[in-house]
Amino acid sequence: MNYLKAFTKGLIKENPVLVMLLGTCPTLAVTTLAINGLGMGLATTFVLVCSNVVISLLKRVIPKEVRLPSFIVIIAGFVTFVSFMLQSYLPDLYNALGVFLSLITVNCIILGRAEMFASKNNVAASALDGLGMGLGFTFALLCIGIIREILGSGSIFGFSLGGWFEPIGFFVTPAGGFFVFGVVIAVVNIFSNYKMSSKKFGCQNCPNSAACQADSKKEAHES
Amino acid sequence: MKDLMIILFSAILVENFVLNKFMGICPFLGVSKKMSSALGMSAAVTFVMLMATAITYPIYQYLLTPFGLDYLRVVVFILIIALFVQIVEIILKRFVKPLYESLGVYLPLITTNCAVLGVTILNVDNHYNFIQSMFNSLGAGLGFALALVIFAGVRERIELADIPKAFKGVPATLIAASIVSLSFVGFSGIVEGIFG
Repeated sequence: MNYLKAFTKGLIKENPVLVMLLGTCPTLAVTTLAINGLGMGLATTFVLVCSNVVISLLKRVIPKEVRLPSFIVIIAGFVTFVSFMLQSYLPDLYNALGVFLSLITVNCIILGRAEMFASKNNVAASALDGLGMGLGFTFALLCIGIIREILGSGSIFGFSLGGWFEPIGFFVTPAGGFFVFGVVIAVVNIFSNYKMSSKKFGCQNCPNSAACQADSKKEAHES
Repeated sequence: MKDLMIILFSAILVENFVLNKFMGICPFLGVSKKMSSALGMSAAVTFVMLMATAITYPIYQYLLTPFGLDYLRVVVFILIIALFVQIVEIILKRFVKPLYESLGVYLPLITTNCAVLGVTILNVDNHYNFIQSMFNSLGAGLGFALALVIFAGVRERIELADIPKAFKGVPATLIAASIVSLSFVGFSGIVEGIFG
């Protein structure tokens, strides 16, 4: 495994949010302010690196049949740890992220990397893969957060841009989140030579779809 | 009764889980293409949300809180939900074959649907009692169904529309979701106005 490639592919080429269209819930929910997007991204990166390392270490110990519940418990453990750290050291960020901090557990990027990468590769490559994917996620959240904060609140990282710009409240509403994300994907679409048009949300891109759909297809076939 | 109605209709209309709280976006955008699968998915989600609340609430109140273990809720809740979904799948497959055939496909996906874990955690965070929690979960499930069904109709129109090349596919879907979400802003305050 090429270590450099394991790290860099998550940043741009296989960016989990902008290209793979995963983790849309936190992407839309916490990006009303750039700082919240950054915090969410870094918290997720931490969980992703730690869970990738642990799962990679335990890949021979975890029985194949119960691997998904085992992965989820490992991930949930690290999420609890991150919640504690944020609650005591960054209480403002903890309150701003709210329930979405706990919901890092079910972020399909993390479970997806565990299933697709960490359970098949060595510890160093898994750590780099987690770091690259996490930073790619952070980058996407930061971009959307900056756009929404400038347009919706007239500030950037909490610093006011001055009175010349009248903030448009629409961009901090949930509808504005969908809108900005849609426009950002359209820009990615132009740069990626219109590859995004053929991409779809949901199961087709979800890394667990192979596991989920193989089961349901097999059972449908049996019945 | 009044507060239960407020919780129920707030969860369906004002604080719609998909369009306002951004939970369960993946199935919302992925499954809502066909009306039949939108209905199947939302029925499965509503059922699992109700059952997950019914199970996690007593465990949180009578097992985790008395022993000071409430910080373990994320680990415990997600394990319970994952286990429960597995059990439901086995029971449906064995005893209620027709229901399994229509809903079974969606059940494994629910473990990673953040709306289910989200509703159980929000019930605890909002200090709802058992009945209020159940109404909140019912509202969340019905709100999810409403969003999916409305959006399935919108999606059929987008497929036929002539839009700029860069916006074809995913971006157009997101912009449409934005407009549907905007229309739900109109419901804000309406629930307190009727029942308050």
